[in-house]
Amino acid sequence: MMPNLPMQAVPPDWPGGYWWHWLFFSILLIAFVVIMVMGAIWIERRGMGRMQSRLGPNRTGPFGLLQPVADAIKVLLKENIVPDSADKLVHWLAPVIAFAPVMMIFAVVPFQNGALLADLNIGILYVVAVSSVATLGVFMAGWGSSNKYSLLGAMRNVAAVVSYEMPLVLAIVGVVLVAGSLSMNDIVLAQDIPFILLQPLGFLLFFTAGCAEINRSPFDLMEADSELVAGFHTEYSGMKFAMFYLVEYAEAIAISAIITTLFLGGWRGPVLPPWLWFIVKIFIVFFFMVWTRTTLPRVRIDQLMALAWKFLFPLALINLFITAIQVLVWPDALPWGLIIVNIAIMVILVVVWSKFFKLGWGRLEV
Amino acid sequence: MTTTELMTLKTEPFVLNFGPLHPSTHGVYRMRATLDGEVVLDIEPVFGYLHRGIEKLAEERTYTGFIPLTDRLDYICPMSNNLAYCLAVEKLAGIRVPERAEYLRVIMAELQRLVNHFIAVGTFLNDCGAFMTPVVYMLREREKILDMFDMVCGQRLTYNYMRIGGVGQDIPEEFLPALRKFLGTTPRFIEEMEWLLKQNEILLARTKGVGILPRDTAINCGISGPVARASGVNRDLRKADPYSIYDRFEFDIPTGEAGDCYERYRVRIEEMRQSLRILEQVTKQIPGGPVRAEVPHLIRPPRGEAYAHLEAPKGELGFYIVSDNSIAPYRCHVRPTSLINLTALREMVRGWKVADLIVIFGSIDITMGEVDR
Amino acid sequence: MKFERYGIGIIKGMTVTIRHLLRHPTVNQFPEQRLNVSRRTRGNELIWSREKCTGCATCAKTCPQGAIEIVTATNAENNKYEVETYRVDTGYCIQCGLCVEACPYDAVFMGYSYERAKYRRGELVQTNDELLESPERPASGYYHPDIAGKLPVQTLLVDKIVEKRK
Repeated sequence: MMPNLPMQAVPPDWPGGYWWHWLFFSILLIAFVVIMVMGAIWIERRGMGRMQSRLGPNRTGPFGLLQPVADAIKVLLKENIVPDSADKLVHWLAPVIAFAPVMMIFAVVPFQNGALLADLNIGILYVVAVSSVATLGVFMAGWGSSNKYSLLGAMRNVAAVVSYEMPLVLAIVGVVLVAGSLSMNDIVLAQDIPFILLQPLGFLLFFTAGCAEINRSPFDLMEADSELVAGFHTEYSGMKFAMFYLVEYAEAIAISAIITTLFLGGWRGPVLPPWLWFIVKIFIVFFFMVWTRTTLPRVRIDQLMALAWKFLFPLALINLFITAIQVLVWPDALPWGLIIVNIAIMVILVVVWSKFFKLGWGRLEV
Repeated sequence: MTTTELMTLKTEPFVLNFGPLHPSTHGVYRMRATLDGEVVLDIEPVFGYLHRGIEKLAEERTYTGFIPLTDRLDYICPMSNNLAYCLAVEKLAGIRVPERAEYLRVIMAELQRLVNHFIAVGTFLNDCGAFMTPVVYMLREREKILDMFDMVCGQRLTYNYMRIGGVGQDIPEEFLPALRKFLGTTPRFIEEMEWLLKQNEILLARTKGVGILPRDTAINCGISGPVARASGVNRDLRKADPYSIYDRFEFDIPTGEAGDCYERYRVRIEEMRQSLRILEQVTKQIPGGPVRAEVPHLIRPPRGEAYAHLEAPKGELGFYIVSDNSIAPYRCHVRPTSLINLTALREMVRGWKVADLIVIFGSIDITMGEVDR
Repeated sequence: MKFERYGIGIIKGMTVTIRHLLRHPTVNQFPEQRLNVSRRTRGNELIWSREKCTGCATCAKTCPQGAIEIVTATNAENNKYEVETYRVDTGYCIQCGLCVEACPYDAVFMGYSYERAKYRRGELVQTNDELLESPERPASGYYHPDIAGKLPVQTLLVDKIVEKRK
């Protein structure tokens, strides 16, 4: 199933030039993403079930492996209901706009050395730019549904994404400084030691900000089911709901893939073939997301903002500053000493910065 | 400074209906919330969607025949409702309850308190957004108690166990071993729940200082139960007006000071510990003997009226019964805990965010069956 | 100066959930795996004994829902008082068990079985022979300790192993 074929970034000389190559691998990528999403849904439901002392779905196929397929068939066969007062065009367009950019992220993710659809030399910048377009789709869904719950959810999402882009990008810049390249493939090649050890604070910031960006728990404010029923997709059903559902998990897979590439050494690893290492690492990161979702309560919108601007943003700046100094002055011969120093810095910074948080604020006189 | 001054954009408030069908309204409660963006300006509670006229139904049923309907009032804790009603009728008719029946009543009432607090804490944490996990753990523990109730009275939700002048049947012999086993495992479970979320930073941020109910307001609104005790009102009818045999047991009344959502959650956890303490003592002391006084099936209490109240898990639950010496009550009135605790909701939520509205609402712990009756 | 809010609570909570991953799940797979219900269970239907019933209608008077209907008549042949119709509208029944408790001749029992949903409203009204005890309609031990003693012991969740998997 994996695009295990081209080893070099230059496309082979197929008849018709690049176009056939791109078409073929684009379809392959979309199939890959859909299958990964099914795996992710299975892991989430089964893993969460076991953590909650339940079993999770186990009736469809062995170990319930076909449950995502059954869900997909069910949801595709459902009636597509559009509210009377909805803005029909926007309502129809929203899932498509949310869906496309998520797929585009995978174009620059390396599955193996050089095995990626487009080895852009600004790969990581492209990821950052494209991933925020999905927000537009979400906001269109919230606006076009003409539902107040949807609108509130969509507004929350826009606010969250705008704030969390900042620490996300700054955490990436730390990695880029160490790796010395913006290309995803070169970043993986630079990781003789996985960057999670060299950049522990950066990893923490990126993981938190990434969770917030794709609205995974504990930052799942835009579809907070105990407050906003289903958030921005309250009025969606059938195929269009399936698109949003797919986007939600594809985004999680995309963030997992980016974290794998940036911090966990991408496809690198002993014994197993590289593409398998890559998938295993993606699912490890995704399992961590499932784990946090099972455990943690949801934050409030103003606390979400406060976390972004008062905690993650300053720490990201400090992290960037420290990384820059280390890149300049630290002797190349001693990378392991750097790991200890960086983990110590992370612990101290997190503990000290958490002192600045106050509890029990947020009430306005009305 | 008001919200409108804080904002540079000109906005206008909008009305959002929470309920009657909403994941977090614990039934069919409806709040018409006026929001300014995310800020709750005002709420207007609308209820009555679950009104079944239970007080009126009491007037055409016999005194015993009304007991199954009290199960349907607060369907999370029917044992307490049964007991409150039976206490009222016994007070009216002057019936003495055998010793063993009193102990059984205390066992059931305290187990019921545990059930209610499991549900209350679990759903409260679920409202905070901890995706189902606390609820499932709590329901698992509740299941152990429901098994025991099932063993005693044959049903898991509508027990119909208390009778006027005692309890329905004696407990089977496998009940007390099961109860001892349960008492052995539950403290460990409560510790585990404490590990799960007691110190959780997100939970602290969501609940500490949120939805403060001042002590004065709590007293003025007639709030009772854990909600009032979290605000520092040290009133528990088990101590303040001991009914049944509660004066024989040693237990503390946990109170809070802050009166916020977190304090309510803490008070409930502490009450669970105290209930376990009472149950330990009851299982050691329980005597033998009959479980039911000699009471005619169609009891005709003398002309008069009586009010009996008890400390239900949610607060003070009272039954007021007027008798005209017939087989049915002339008038029956319920002092519902949930409805009266709900009266302070508006004071608590104004100025907080939408998300806090749900959390504060969840921390009051209501059952719609009791609010609407 | 106390450092309380640096993530220790989050880590503690996450250890609890991961420990549950290694434990036995509490649920059981219902249609295949059935637990024994309580010996006193108040099941979905009422069971009536024609032999013991005298037609005194105490059950009908006790029923808070008025779900029991009894018609009695005198048999002209042997000049005896007998029950002509004993009809229970299970749709009205709330399974409170007061009729079983009230019956002075032990002629009414709660059912031990469950899963007794019907497709039509009319099928819920059961008359005479439909109410008798049979292997498909066992009686429960509610207020009948002698029957309860013969029924299988109830499975309890307290006894179930929910600790670490072997």
